[in-house]
Amino acid sequence: MTDIFSLRDDSPVSEAPVSIEEFLGNSNATAVRIEVGEDARQLLPNLDRIAMVEISFPAFTDGRGYSAARVLREAGYDGELRAQGDVLLDQIRYMHRCGFDSFAPEKPLKADQVDAVLKRFDAVYQGTVDGQNPVWNLRHGN
Amino acid sequence: MYKYDQYDQSIVDARVAEFRDQVERRLAGEITEDQFKPLRLQNGLYLQLHAYMLRVAIPYGTLNSEQMKMLAHIARKYDRDYGHFTTRQNIQYNWIQLDQTPDLLADLASVEMHAIQTSGNCIRNISSDQYAGAAADEVTDPRPWAELLRQWSTFHPEFAHLPRKFKFAVIASEEDRAAMRLHDIGIQLVRNDAGELGARFFVGGGMGRTPMIGPMVRDFVAADDLVSYAEACLRVYNRYGRRDNKYKARIKILVHELGKDEYTRQVEEEFKHIKTLNLDPPKAELERITTFFQDPDYDKSASDDLDLSDPDFAIWVDQNVKTHKQSGYAIANISLKPIGGIPGDATSAQIDVMADLAKEYSFDELRVTHAQNIVLPHVKKSDLYTLWQKLDEAGLATPNLDLISDMIACPGLDYCSLANARSIPVAQKIAQRFSDVGKQKELGELKLKISGCINACGHHHAGHIGILGVDRKGVENYQLSLGGSGAEDVSLAKITGPGFDEDGIVDAVEKATNVYLKEREGDERFVDTYRRVGMAPFKEALYD
Ligand code: SF4
Repeated sequence: MTDIFSLRDDSPVSEAPVSIEEFLGNSNATAVRIEVGEDARQLLPNLDRIAMVEISFPAFTDGRGYSAARVLREAGYDGELRAQGDVLLDQIRYMHRCGFDSFAPEKPLKADQVDAVLKRFDAVYQGTVDGQNPVWNLRHGN
Repeated sequence: MYKYDQYDQSIVDARVAEFRDQVERRLAGEITEDQFKPLRLQNGLYLQLHAYMLRVAIPYGTLNSEQMKMLAHIARKYDRDYGHFTTRQNIQYNWIQLDQTPDLLADLASVEMHAIQTSGNCIRNISSDQYAGAAADEVTDPRPWAELLRQWSTFHPEFAHLPRKFKFAVIASEEDRAAMRLHDIGIQLVRNDAGELGARFFVGGGMGRTPMIGPMVRDFVAADDLVSYAEACLRVYNRYGRRDNKYKARIKILVHELGKDEYTRQVEEEFKHIKTLNLDPPKAELERITTFFQDPDYDKSASDDLDLSDPDFAIWVDQNVKTHKQSGYAIANISLKPIGGIPGDATSAQIDVMADLAKEYSFDELRVTHAQNIVLPHVKKSDLYTLWQKLDEAGLATPNLDLISDMIACPGLDYCSLANARSIPVAQKIAQRFSDVGKQKELGELKLKISGCINACGHHHAGHIGILGVDRKGVENYQLSLGGSGAEDVSLAKITGPGFDEDGIVDAVEKATNVYLKEREGDERFVDTYRRVGMAPFKEALYD
């Protein structure tokens, strides 16, 4: 198993995730994996029994996982949300802004570099699920 | 003109620092070219046939003279003393050294410019009407809306790795000068019955190998819903757009395959959800941006009189000068299509001249058009003659706006690694064939567009006459098509038949124009005659 790089306070879920299909069947699993192209909304009725969702990035150029992550966070999911696969330093910030808080990259990430990347921009133009207040609110004292 | 505040500046500065770091890691071999590629691509840097090409964003085609001067400075310092204005209202430089790009970007940032998202599979620079704020027929200035979308789309985390590139155009007139319905999302600002401004959304237009005219998915999106609605359109595309085939990955294919109604239904459902998240900017933000686009301080008593006794000046005025909403003022178009030149190219000296003239005669404002020309939007009529003389001295007074030699041509095989054929020499030969202004004026408005391959960067599908370079058994060959338009009478051009070689295509264009001269009725334009008489007489002249 690859090293998990987590931004959460609790420790990463160690249970191996099951497929959506298996999860929705008669499973007691609390960790689910979403393959690229699968509909994250299938999980929405059962978010309260999930501790970790892993979303696969077979290639960093495939951006479907960003929408999947936001869909889950927008529905109130607050468990671990892990990006797995071709997860590269230069995509971490976007992933974090879409709700990912743990990473299982195929090639290990360096903690100090991740830290620098996350701190690079202190202003953002759009609201997402990361709680950062976009500049169009700040400008008007909101 | 929009002015950055500390937030805008900090975001652009942070990007320069980030790119400097990425270039250093690449030069040190810490990241591979494969990993670097999407980073440089989202920053407008392409590896071309001979060198790196850098594309600089000119949001909605508007810039001031200081910014224009910076473009000249960059041409001198980092390139071979010229730049190429593109159909996306941007400028690109063809001879850039990778290790110098961070400094170049820092220079740009010092005048509130950048190269963010000028390439890659993300939301690209937002384009607009080059006459915005000056046109007599607009319901409002579309640029504040375009600026709001620029900010929203900049570093949008969810839409940075879309199936394919994504282009917006925003206009606010019935006359479409921006090929709005040939964009992934075209927005036309309109007023509803209550007199409020809103956005009409057309989704799924585009050129490329499968050209499509974008259907309307919503006739009115209120200002307060603009961002949420755009998020919904993009999210449906990001989740369901095709990623198995690069040629089927644009949103037009998704809209086409789902059908407009089903795509719209999904967007509306997503919109209903997104609207609950409170993502739209406060009302005051569009108002704040709008304050930057107030009318300049016109001399309201300026005279409409114009002395046209100099015949060369009169020809230029007739062709290149357009009606301004303010009496006593005019819109002056500077053609970057001198006969025998490279369409859209300008030297650093010419860029400097245009900047100086904008400062002196056009309230410090310039526009870049999607037809690769420059506009001085607010010129006092009494200054036009002096302006024209100065343009003429700099080789910038070609009186051919919208005539056959005012063509759009992509860089083609001379620069572009994807090309099948050269575009520039064909453009030059056609311009030479029709070099006589009288002959051109006789042909009237005639939009000729040339692409060097199926990717259609030269908009050949939207040409009254379109030319597409193809590779036929290792030989450059050119297909001719007729009847396209990117304006409010939008249509896609149809291929005439078998292609031609380089000289053959020049003859073929001339034959097509001869058919028009013979068949035309009244004041029909070329494209009107084609629409009335159909392909048959053209085919006959071309292939008999
Ligand atoms: S149309 Fe083809 S040849 Fe021309 S610039 Fe685009 S990709 Fe290059």
